[in-house]
Amino acid sequence: MADTESQPSRSRDLDKLLLRPGNLVGPNFEPGPQLRADLQEYARVLVVGAGGLGCELLKDLALSGFKNLEVIDMDRIEVSNLNRQFLFRLQDVGKPKADVAAKRVMERVSGVNIIPHFSRIEDKDLDFYNDFNIIALGLDSIEARSYINAVACSFLEYDSDDNPREETIKPMVDGGTEGFKGHARVIIPGVTPCFECTIWLFPPQEKFPLCTLAETPRTAAHCIEYAHLIKWDEVRSGKTFDPDDPEHMKWVYEEAVKRAELFGIPGVTYSLTQGVVKNIIPAIASTNAIISAACALETLKIASGCSKTLSNYLTYNGVEGLHTKVTEFVKDKDCLVCGPGVLIELDPSTTLQKFINLLEDHPKLLLSKASVTHRGNNLYMQAPPVLEEMTRSNLSLPLFGLMGKIPMDIVHVTGTTRKNDKKTSSLRKLRVVFKGVDGVIDMDTAGGA
Amino acid sequence: MAEPKTKYDRQLRIWGEQGQAALENASICLLNCGPTGSETLKNLVLGGIGSITVVDGSRVEVGDLGNNFMVDDSSVGQSKAKCVCAFLQELNDAVKAKFVEECPDALIETKPSFFSQFTLVVATQLAEDSMVKLDRICREANVMLIFARSYGLTGFVRISVKEHTVVESKPDHFLDDLRLNNPWPELREFAESIDLHVSDPVIHKHTPYVVILVKIADEWAKSHGGNLPSTREEKKEFKELLKAKMIAIDEDNYKEAIDASFKVFSPRGIGPNLQQIINDCKAEVDSSSPDFWIMVAALKEFIANEGGGEVPLEGSIPDMTSSTELYVNLQKIYQAKAEADFQVMEQRVKSILKKIGRDQGNITKMSMKSFCKNARKLTVCRYRILEDEFNWPLQPELQKYLTDEDYSAAMVFYILLRAADRFASNYNRFPGQFDGEIDDDISRLKTIAVGLLSDMGCNGLTLTEDLINEMCRFGAAELHAVAAFVGGIASQEMIKLITKQFVPMSGTFIFNGIDHKSQLLQL
Repeated sequence: MADTESQPSRSRDLDKLLLRPGNLVGPNFEPGPQLRADLQEYARVLVVGAGGLGCELLKDLALSGFKNLEVIDMDRIEVSNLNRQFLFRLQDVGKPKADVAAKRVMERVSGVNIIPHFSRIEDKDLDFYNDFNIIALGLDSIEARSYINAVACSFLEYDSDDNPREETIKPMVDGGTEGFKGHARVIIPGVTPCFECTIWLFPPQEKFPLCTLAETPRTAAHCIEYAHLIKWDEVRSGKTFDPDDPEHMKWVYEEAVKRAELFGIPGVTYSLTQGVVKNIIPAIASTNAIISAACALETLKIASGCSKTLSNYLTYNGVEGLHTKVTEFVKDKDCLVCGPGVLIELDPSTTLQKFINLLEDHPKLLLSKASVTHRGNNLYMQAPPVLEEMTRSNLSLPLFGLMGKIPMDIVHVTGTTRKNDKKTSSLRKLRVVFKGVDGVIDMDTAGGA
Repeated sequence: MAEPKTKYDRQLRIWGEQGQAALENASICLLNCGPTGSETLKNLVLGGIGSITVVDGSRVEVGDLGNNFMVDDSSVGQSKAKCVCAFLQELNDAVKAKFVEECPDALIETKPSFFSQFTLVVATQLAEDSMVKLDRICREANVMLIFARSYGLTGFVRISVKEHTVVESKPDHFLDDLRLNNPWPELREFAESIDLHVSDPVIHKHTPYVVILVKIADEWAKSHGGNLPSTREEKKEFKELLKAKMIAIDEDNYKEAIDASFKVFSPRGIGPNLQQIINDCKAEVDSSSPDFWIMVAALKEFIANEGGGEVPLEGSIPDMTSSTELYVNLQKIYQAKAEADFQVMEQRVKSILKKIGRDQGNITKMSMKSFCKNARKLTVCRYRILEDEFNWPLQPELQKYLTDEDYSAAMVFYILLRAADRFASNYNRFPGQFDGEIDDDISRLKTIAVGLLSDMGCNGLTLTEDLINEMCRFGAAELHAVAAFVGGIASQEMIKLITKQFVPMSGTFIFNGIDHKSQLLQL
């Protein structure tokens, strides 16, 4: 080896990108040992989900110069995870995914610190999420993506010219896969479209009409859904169907077989029953590896500026040949989530209770059972009971006073919205303005706490 | 050991028991187990590949700890092949894992027979001359080969197989095989037995659209000299005719019929892809012909004779608004026709086998069934010998790629990746590998790249300075995230090659990690 290679470093390959100047790089790229050190010391990345994508993301990030990682996942390891979630072994089945994933990566990549959170994403407060520089999403549900997106966008503030304030931008990278297909995207709230701006990319899953299931079944899936959605309630009323209970699944399967025989419909199998009832999405290691790698690379680029970034949506399809495509989607100017926030004008005498009631009827929000926070202070919390009790007395007080008599400021509300007949918990950012109050509006000094 | 059915459930839903069996019977050889190779194998080991053999002659250095997950602090100084192999084995005890401590380049040079024992060889981070040699060896031995390389923020994946034939190509969107433009007698009879003018509204709205379209098409043909709608005007008129038959606005079956009316208008017979396959010279079979081509020969006969220009019927129908009874009966009619077509095909296959002097039981019923069901979706992939591509790239494509905005970056990376290998054989290091010489290396690499371009038959073209600079900045670094991406693509393609399901990529995939505008180049 040449003498220029002074001492062996585990950063040998990454150094080429982090220490050397380049022409095709991000605007704030400052190559050098300091950048490498900053990445290790200060960059904090949260990985949401420790499944097929999450396991890959943790490995990829740990080997991309990051040392401070955290991972959150509410699930436990199952046998059917083992074909792709490579950090788990058979003896780990039943343990929390986040714990095992963090432990395995730390065992193999020395110097990396990963804090696991075996928890629902909704159970962490906003401060938890605000602590990270970048959030990487390895999720399989639209609801969870929507929630994290709203959280990350809630930190976003706009200046008086309606331009996003850079220090409040919380970038996200998001990946998703299904079989041989997947996507990776970069979301810079306020700059590129957020998840909600392009929600049409994820059309709701079509359900079978109940009358088809009840009267004119034609396919095996119709028979299965009949057993699952109709027959179960008829015969086993009172008992909640649990898709993870093998006895329940077997019952549905057997009922589906009976119905299929009755109508002469072929194709009901146990595997199909599980697939239909649990809405199983086929998943393999290679697609997860591809998508996670793209997400990790983008995370490194956002954090270091060592190259341009994906702008802003990559799709991969390996079914027929190999197709990759980058699409530059545009922001929805009126987005409720990443925009400056829904403007709400109030009389200074409006009480917190009245404000909460108002959210329920607001045509753009339709948010019920709202909890309200202002600058990190809980003004009213619906849950847990202890917090509810502590904050209950605020309900009768004017919001203006609770907000420190600031004439205009951002308030965060979390509550329930209904979408496609499904209740989802939503976080919304509101710009509350009090009518008839004088005062210089200066968001810089109004903040602080 | 876990119940394999449960462990592999999520992938069995993609490639089924047959695909899984193919994987479990496959024997894979990996050349060089840096991050690109290690990550490629990881994805296959998790999926239950039969056996792996890891070939690498190097020892683990500290620098490897920063980009390869399969080695750890305790591996430094040890054989890389051994360490990577041990970690891979930990992922799945059903896989037979072996390693060979030898430099792949030396193995290619001295022991070409080594490679003939494998189903597939995946060669990572090989330089051009070793690639060309290995390609020749594997072609000769009929071993599938795939190359993968990560290089800074770029890299490539290239399959090299003489011929790969696919029956179960499983395309995402493929028109169903309903024959609404050409119904056979039983389907027509069935449709005739149903009265569209039934007064019971419940029955009216539960008549499947297949029946509606067959009947209305028939009605149309009778008043149009036996022809189906062909002009835009006629098609519109046909839809109006359908609409006029509705007796209520909520009749989903009629809405489906209007939406599906293009199936009546579409041309009869087979598509251009299949036409090309049956015209292929390999469809002239002899005793050494692969099963696939024997079945193609039978298919060709079928189309010309019993099929009347059509392939054997697929036999399945999509879900549609219908009463259960009519739907199930319709299903039976399609299945019966598919079964009858299959039996004709079976006889034709058998007689061809007999003619070429092979045992009539040579091709299983199951593979013939699958062939008939997928006859419209057959795919044949062929890959150029690497040496030919390198020496005689396809000129029109080359010119197009260099000047087309969408392709030029990928084309320049293709040239620079090759130029980097020439650089390495001249200077014994890669451009920009060491900090002190980057500026000189930039101009050296440029000279080599321009020379290469002229060897490829392109003169007077300039190469983007930015990309040459970037290439030197990369200094042959193997970044983990890039390796995971490139390795992921390689393993995905290997799965398709081994299971013989889905369609593998064609050409050379050039990874662009700068803006992700990666491309496939057909050279």
